[in-house]
Amino acid sequence: MFLSFFARIFYTVSCPRIQLPTMMTVQQKLEILADAAKYDASCASSGAKRAATPGGIGSTDGTGICHSYTPDGRCVSLLKILLTNFCTYDCVFCVNRVSSDIRRARFAPEEVVALTLDFYKRNYIEGLFLSSGIIQSPDYTMEQLVAVARILRQVHRFGGYIHLKTIPGCDPKLIAEAGLFADRLSANIELPTQQDLVQLAPEKKAAVIESTMGEIATRKDEADEDRRKSTLAPRFAAAGQSTQMVIGATAATDREILSTATHLYSAYKLRRVYYTGFSPYPEADTRLPLKPAPLIREHRLYQSDWLVRFYGFQASELTTPENPSLSLSEDPKTTWAKAHPEFFPIDINSAPREALLRIPGIGHKNVDRILSIRRYHLLTLGDLRKLHVRVKDAQPYCIAADHLPSAPLLAAATTVPDTDLVAAATQLDLFAPLSALTGSV
Amino acid sequence: MKRIPIQPDFYDWRTHARTLLQEGFAPEDVDLTDATIATTLQLALEDEDPRPTGTHVPTPHVPKTYLEAAELAASHRSPDRWNLLYRILYRLQTQPELLRIEVDTDIAQLRSLVQQVRRDLHKMHAFVRFRKVEADPMDEANPFAPHASTLAGNVNPLAEHFVAWYQPDHRILHLAAPFFAERFASMHWTVLTPDASVSWNPNSKQLAFGPGLPREHAPQADELETLWRAYYSSIFNPARLNPDVMRSEMPVRYWKNLPEIDVLPQLITQSANRVGAMVQTQALKPSAAPFVPAEHTLPVINAAMPSCKGCDLYLHATQVVPGVAPSAHPSHTVELMMVGEQPGDQEDRAGKPFVGPAGRVLDRALEELGIDRSTVYVTNAVKHFKFVQRGKLRLHQNPRMSEITACRPWLLAEIDAVRPRVILCLGSSAAKSLLGGTFGLMRDHGKIFPTPYANQVVATIHPSAVLRARDQPSGEQLYNFLKDDLALAYHAALHGSSVQPDVTSV
Repeated sequence: MFLSFFARIFYTVSCPRIQLPTMMTVQQKLEILADAAKYDASCASSGAKRAATPGGIGSTDGTGICHSYTPDGRCVSLLKILLTNFCTYDCVFCVNRVSSDIRRARFAPEEVVALTLDFYKRNYIEGLFLSSGIIQSPDYTMEQLVAVARILRQVHRFGGYIHLKTIPGCDPKLIAEAGLFADRLSANIELPTQQDLVQLAPEKKAAVIESTMGEIATRKDEADEDRRKSTLAPRFAAAGQSTQMVIGATAATDREILSTATHLYSAYKLRRVYYTGFSPYPEADTRLPLKPAPLIREHRLYQSDWLVRFYGFQASELTTPENPSLSLSEDPKTTWAKAHPEFFPIDINSAPREALLRIPGIGHKNVDRILSIRRYHLLTLGDLRKLHVRVKDAQPYCIAADHLPSAPLLAAATTVPDTDLVAAATQLDLFAPLSALTGSV
Repeated sequence: MKRIPIQPDFYDWRTHARTLLQEGFAPEDVDLTDATIATTLQLALEDEDPRPTGTHVPTPHVPKTYLEAAELAASHRSPDRWNLLYRILYRLQTQPELLRIEVDTDIAQLRSLVQQVRRDLHKMHAFVRFRKVEADPMDEANPFAPHASTLAGNVNPLAEHFVAWYQPDHRILHLAAPFFAERFASMHWTVLTPDASVSWNPNSKQLAFGPGLPREHAPQADELETLWRAYYSSIFNPARLNPDVMRSEMPVRYWKNLPEIDVLPQLITQSANRVGAMVQTQALKPSAAPFVPAEHTLPVINAAMPSCKGCDLYLHATQVVPGVAPSAHPSHTVELMMVGEQPGDQEDRAGKPFVGPAGRVLDRALEELGIDRSTVYVTNAVKHFKFVQRGKLRLHQNPRMSEITACRPWLLAEIDAVRPRVILCLGSSAAKSLLGGTFGLMRDHGKIFPTPYANQVVATIHPSAVLRARDQPSGEQLYNFLKDDLALAYHAALHGSSVQPDVTSV
């Protein structure tokens, strides 16, 4: 009695009554449910190869195609929509939270299937990225998502790309089924730390999200192992799994964010972690900051992410406990190089791959080119220019056939006092990289 | 110099190049021209019978990777490509590692041609837009069926035919067609370009190539494009407008082919308006901020408060009701701050918080817990009384979220001046002001939250809820509820930081 009394009072106070729209057209639903999905940064359609099925439609060639670009510079590759933006959760940073006063809509699975096929046949899209607000329960919601993928694959023999969002906490059986139909699965970690989640997404728990990720990773490992034994074994989410983190909504530092990302990459073999800068909205909650996260911070996090995945950096090298934020004015590789003068200069024509990867201004594809070319030809700065290396950034740190960085150049770049350089040079001998600088081999 | 016009076809070049190598022509001895570009009379006359000056290569060898690259470069429109390809072919006979030296001028140029063709190919896969026609592509009466005679098969009156017109930068239709053949294997489709056209027959699995056709030979609209435009308009975030990136990835020359571009100008101008409108509504929101003094000390704050016109509530209220500091020890640091909702009828007349019936409930609870009210800072989330007049009665009305937000700067200034160790929110208005508009009082009362304003913030029900209870037992329950949370807050305030915030149970 007591509870029902309170439930009545507080329900009417805190929950604006949701009015079901009367008979919306597909276009109206599409407008609402695409708009609601636009805050999900993931757009990739790459990483999975899927040959066309006889009599069916669609193929996925593994590279991904952007079929259009929107005025915010983002790629349009997939039909990215929510099945519904009704949600029983109340995550503060999310536009679809139950307490948000927005228009709501819900697609029937068949409507999503028809839209996907119609768009696909006209070459507008690579496939479907389907997510959803949580309705009734995680299991019910996940069933609906899986149903769409199942109809596309089994009824229409659709060979295009399918990315399904997995609802944290849903039944592992549903994940197993989803992986059979989808090229990619993802579960959003949402915020970098458990404390952040407690504050801003009270219904979500890092442990539950991570157990869902673990479930996907285990299933994928098993399926991959089966496929090694027999190519007839079914694939499971060929393009792996990804996740998304909102940054700048809480005080979590870049160091914490990168450490969470590293943990997720290694523990669950994620293909991608997407970082989305928080941008405030009207009627924002007081637990949220008033300023948007600078877009450049998002960019620096992506750069760091790449350095960890493709350049052999450890996430912990890119920031320090004393200064846990990435520099907004220079890229993280340059920051690292400035802090480690003892490592440079690097000889383009003889240094190992790992060392070349650490020179600012040289990308990992160019490193591979350099390794291939230098077997036959000594590279000069001019050659680097032909490869579109950012020579201005690279030359203080590298030795080329026609170039030795001058001590002042290196010193200016590293901002380390000359005495330190000399000290470093005298400590290291014979094979020390600094020997070229002083001529003391 | 030997001049040979080469047709825009890789195999034509390959045949000529093989012969030239075998006859020993050095790259300087020959000029392989583009047959589609008319030769001037002078150049045509200059020609005589030249002699080869290079090495004879009876059995030319070439890496497979070179043939693949050369086939791509052959589709490029650059008129020099045939000479470049022959020069590299000739050098490869004596310098097999040449292809790896990417900084070599010829190889760099080859790489650039290949990259441009690859990019063009990728963009064609991306930007071809099919339009559906309800007609059979094998029916000669179908105006969009240029290959009807080549595509053998029976005419199906119910067939769907997907037709696209596209203008690639280079001659790549034959390279692009297999991609569409695999992807749209079960569809009848036709792609028209100015240089060539191609149709696919899903029954015989055959591509049929034909001559180029102008844009008018393709259908002009498709009903699905309205939906596609709706999707395109909804999926982008106007707050992150970045048209430069869009233009570099989707250059203007492709736009004529894309149905979604129709809405683009409108989207770009509107997005400035949409963001502007958002900022404006935020700026127009009532706020007490302009009236709050910069100096956050209680005398200054209390002196400034009566002049507040941050929202419309000041119009009807008798007076502003500021907070009451612990009177006994003015210099004493405040441990506990209690924040109510807003002044009631009696508070409005007295100018003091919690002096009416709700105040008496609070006093009773404080007394039973042995807390001296004069050691506690007492204030409200909203400083003016909100009511509706019913005859002689002034009926209390709940403040709206906008009014709570408008009054927030006063509350924050008071907190800054007082720096309490613990804040106890009485009722959901105060809780929403400090813990966010979505705070659920039922769910999260009696829990300690860390906030930027105070390390420990606790929320409980408003004392007036006890008075409004419908019967004696539920009133008692509510009262105990208030008293327990009050005890928790007081305990936390007394024991300072030794009490761990109870946030784990959320």
